[in-house]
Amino acid sequence: MSTPRGVTGSILTSSTDGAAQTATAPFGHALVRAAEKNPRIVGLTADLGKYTDIHVFADKFPARFFQMGMAEQSLVGCACGLARTGYVPFATTYAVFATRRAYDFIAIGAALGRANVKIIAGLPGLTTGYGGTHQGIEDLALMRSIPNLTVIDPCDATEVAQATQVIADYDGPVYMRLLRGIVPVVLDEKTHRFEIGRAKLLRDGPDVAIISTGLMTGRALEAAAELASTGVNAAVLHVATIKPFDRESVAALMARVPCVVTAENHVVTGGLGSAVADLAVEAGLRVRLRKVGIPDVFCESGSIPYLVRRYTMGAPDIAAAAREVLR
Amino acid sequence: MKTLPPAADLRQIRQRAHTMRRHVLHMAEIVGQGYVGQGLGIADLLATLYFGELRHDPKNPAWPDRDRFVLSIGHYAIGLYAAVAEAGIIPLAELDTYGADGSRLEMSAPETTPGVELTGGSLGHGLTQSVGMALGLRLDGKSARVFNLLSDGECQEGSTWEAAMAGAHHGLENLFAFIDCNNQQADGPPSKVMGLEPLHKKWEAFGWHTQRINGNDPAAILAALAAAKAVTGRPHAIVLDTLMGRGVPLFEQREKNHFIRVAPEEWAVARSQLGEAAP
Ligand SMILES: Cc1ncc(C[n+]2csc(CCOP(=O)(O)OP(=O)(O)O)c2C)c(N)n1
Ligand SMILES: [Mg+2]
Repeated sequence: MSTPRGVTGSILTSSTDGAAQTATAPFGHALVRAAEKNPRIVGLTADLGKYTDIHVFADKFPARFFQMGMAEQSLVGCACGLARTGYVPFATTYAVFATRRAYDFIAIGAALGRANVKIIAGLPGLTTGYGGTHQGIEDLALMRSIPNLTVIDPCDATEVAQATQVIADYDGPVYMRLLRGIVPVVLDEKTHRFEIGRAKLLRDGPDVAIISTGLMTGRALEAAAELASTGVNAAVLHVATIKPFDRESVAALMARVPCVVTAENHVVTGGLGSAVADLAVEAGLRVRLRKVGIPDVFCESGSIPYLVRRYTMGAPDIAAAAREVLR
Repeated sequence: MKTLPPAADLRQIRQRAHTMRRHVLHMAEIVGQGYVGQGLGIADLLATLYFGELRHDPKNPAWPDRDRFVLSIGHYAIGLYAAVAEAGIIPLAELDTYGADGSRLEMSAPETTPGVELTGGSLGHGLTQSVGMALGLRLDGKSARVFNLLSDGECQEGSTWEAAMAGAHHGLENLFAFIDCNNQQADGPPSKVMGLEPLHKKWEAFGWHTQRINGNDPAAILAALAAAKAVTGRPHAIVLDTLMGRGVPLFEQREKNHFIRVAPEEWAVARSQLGEAAP
């Protein structure tokens, strides 16, 4: 039977953005490598082991893996308890359930006491077709406002893998968005180096700065290439760490371009765009700014390409925002 | 007190359940995958409720005095759409749009669709709001009742038990919870993921009038409803043991999975197996 329209895929569907190169379960494999070096690393999930790539770790280290059932508060609380006994817990669920259901447990259990807990959050933003209940569209805003918490939105498989090792070595609470399943490779693992709190200039250009995070960085690079073909030279600054925010790099870039476009896989309220706008005003920089992100709505269900078009989240939307802000 | 329903009703309910299973297969075939096992497994309950118990007006789904059917488990939408289409709340033809971009029959049921009381899917919400609805209806002096469908996996959420306590504390005899024990959740059977049993004893201990029955037997469901309605002053839990994929041996017998993929050539087999099972 033919499907006349796109349909919502499996909750296992990956969003590969039509990438030429991909990697499978980069988080799961990186966690195994980190755990081979550090015997204190343990894993937990809330009935989403198969769906957050931590099954790779569970298969390799069954005794160091704890299935908590579908109970996110218990998941985070238990991870905090493990941290108090000197373990390095990686706890996985979807972003919506970690942040909305277990917020208090992250804020108090993990962040207030600086527990060494790593919350790994699947289905960030529009990476699932499942509508408002499953799309983690405001998690960065929620997590960014919690003191002591490090918040990371990696761009691709390379960065997911690198960040997994880095946060395993870092002593403190971390919230990291997860790209799971078949994940695009955008950054070159030989030249890219993820560091907590450091933005990376991936491309330079004097006309407009695209400041992006998460998977939007891949689209920002595409947009910059397209803009270059029409004579507009854009810089692309990738801000993988939302908190602590790399104010210096962002301000330095904004000081030398007339216009800025921010791009995030998140609502335009309270995320990267808001952090950039705050900084621009605080630093007294006179830049024109456009925010590309999910509008202030709950999104519908649908296939991912449909949702990306409908909520203007694609590379062409970033390029269009750049042209608009240049006008 | 057990009263057996009239034989004619039962025959009609079984026929409806069968038709609803056909709708479920039809929708699942269009998207090529999905929650077929859940939709088939819960058809007997939904047919019994929509054609044997619920007071509602298909032409006016917002009728204030209606009984509420609250689907916590948004991913069972495929089953609910089959029921509300069969009940005349949405057009049968609309089932063709299940899961399609722009359709209101989203894979996880949104409350903007007629016949869907609340947006489930973030599991563990349904019973909390059902308690609120039952309190509100009682305060209004209405005789309408609230029927919540939960899953076995959903019984792992703390909020479910917070609501269970509240339902018993407030003596909500107008509240009925059906718990679909299909012995499956995302990472496997609950016994491996997070043990729940003895589940009916937990509901009992929380102060609910509790029964445990074969959830694929409409006669048993009708009898349990009759027994529940005879009990006053307490909310009612009916724990249903169901078979995922019920009615289609191909799905009944394959390795159980929360979300199944079906090869294109399997649909014809599934359809003909269901056809043979017609009542
Ligand atoms: C609060 C919450 N946590 C996690 C999920 C992800 N999830 C969707 S269905 C599911 C399994 C729930 O168990 P059950 O409803 O019994 O599954 P089924 O019988 O349909 O396989 C999970 C963990 C969710 N939807 N909501
Ligand atoms: Mg189940």
